[in-house]
Amino acid sequence: MSTTKKELAVAALRNGTVIDRIPSTALFQAVRLLGLEHSKCHVTIGNNLHSGKIGTKGIIKIADTEFPEEVLNRIALIAPNAVVNTIRDFEVVDKRPVRLPDTLTRIVKCDNPKCISNNEPMATKFEVVAHDPVVIRCHYCNHTVAGTDAQIL
Amino acid sequence: MSSNSLVSISDISRDEILDLLDRARYFEENPNSKILDGRVVATLFFEPSTRTRLSFETAVNRLGGRIIGFSDANSTSTSKGETLKDTIKMVANYVDLIVMRHYLEGAARYATEVTDIPVINAGDGANQHPSQTMLDLYSIYKTQGTLNNLTITMVGDLKYGRTVHSLLMAMQYFNPTFNFIASKELQMPEEYKEFCRTHGIKFTESTDFSEDVINSSDIIYMTRVQRERFTDIMEYERVKNLYTLHNSMLENSKPTLKILHPLPRVNEIDRDVDDNPKAYYFEQARNGLFARQAIITRALGIDPRK
Ligand SMILES: [Zn+2]
Repeated sequence: MSTTKKELAVAALRNGTVIDRIPSTALFQAVRLLGLEHSKCHVTIGNNLHSGKIGTKGIIKIADTEFPEEVLNRIALIAPNAVVNTIRDFEVVDKRPVRLPDTLTRIVKCDNPKCISNNEPMATKFEVVAHDPVVIRCHYCNHTVAGTDAQIL
Repeated sequence: MSSNSLVSISDISRDEILDLLDRARYFEENPNSKILDGRVVATLFFEPSTRTRLSFETAVNRLGGRIIGFSDANSTSTSKGETLKDTIKMVANYVDLIVMRHYLEGAARYATEVTDIPVINAGDGANQHPSQTMLDLYSIYKTQGTLNNLTITMVGDLKYGRTVHSLLMAMQYFNPTFNFIASKELQMPEEYKEFCRTHGIKFTESTDFSEDVINSSDIIYMTRVQRERFTDIMEYERVKNLYTLHNSMLENSKPTLKILHPLPRVNEIDRDVDDNPKAYYFEQARNGLFARQAIITRALGIDPRK
């Protein structure tokens, strides 16, 4: 707890969300998944921070924003061990791991050019077939892809 | 979405497979009837496949049903840019059942999601072709008297051959032993071997199409080795004849052995095998008619045995 507090204090957040333990290689994908390019809130992104658990890690802090669970859980695709901290009045009021849903709708693009989902105006759909590391399978053409290689829409 | 659709063999249970085999047996004894009288079936072939289309259309005709459809996408509004969804929704207004083949993978699955009419997948690109699997299962069942405890040797292109993958999945309920015989470049993909391990299915793997393997087999399932599958043409030239079955190789095989092949063949089964009573590939194709009659009546919720 004390180390967490120290790191979170880098840019002390009164209210908002801190997403921690994102593998460095997945950080910018995570930023995209959360749609932060378009956020008007105060966003702090740190990368290549030292972490005993996963080598180097990234961290994202977003002020005055709390995300719906299904948005946060998208992060699990590329960072299955990420942890979401909800901050209210400088205190961590909730801390929990992300959880990958069983199906991913409109999140990932299929990498098979002959897949119907790439040739028809329709929602993509993937089923999670393994959790750590994440492997997902296209509901339509059955192609599988690692979560970290998935092309995120 | 209709639960009577058949998109992939892995969508149906062991009991449903056995029910389809029993229906196929019934239709082999009673191939002609009027049980589809008044029904209209669409055969939508966005990609041409004369063999499969004739088999499905014969199945409908022999049961007294009517057919509308097309045999290639050039003659349809797809060529004018209509979406698959719109084509399916339009056709669904007219028919009781859609049989479709498409060059895009997942097309049949998607079709089931845009209509309540049952859909039968007659092949979607390199993905699924469940009526082929049902005719393979029926051929095995008919010639061996059971699906249980059989040794099945798969030979040739095990990497890209969707028929062997689907057959492997469907056999999971029946305690098979598999021998996978292929060159290094065309071996059974790891995901299917992993499937075998997690389902307690015994298998061996070899690059050598040996007499020991042949003599232990109840079924030898031959597939086509296509030149275009090889990145290295020298490798193709080296292996192309290693996986050809000759009559002399069958000398000490089991008397009940049957040789299957999804057809068309090129040279992976020598013509000198054709007259051996163990050669079953031509009858196998004929079983497709009964297997498809079984699938069609299941999709329409009609039980001919009652
Ligand atoms: Zn796909």
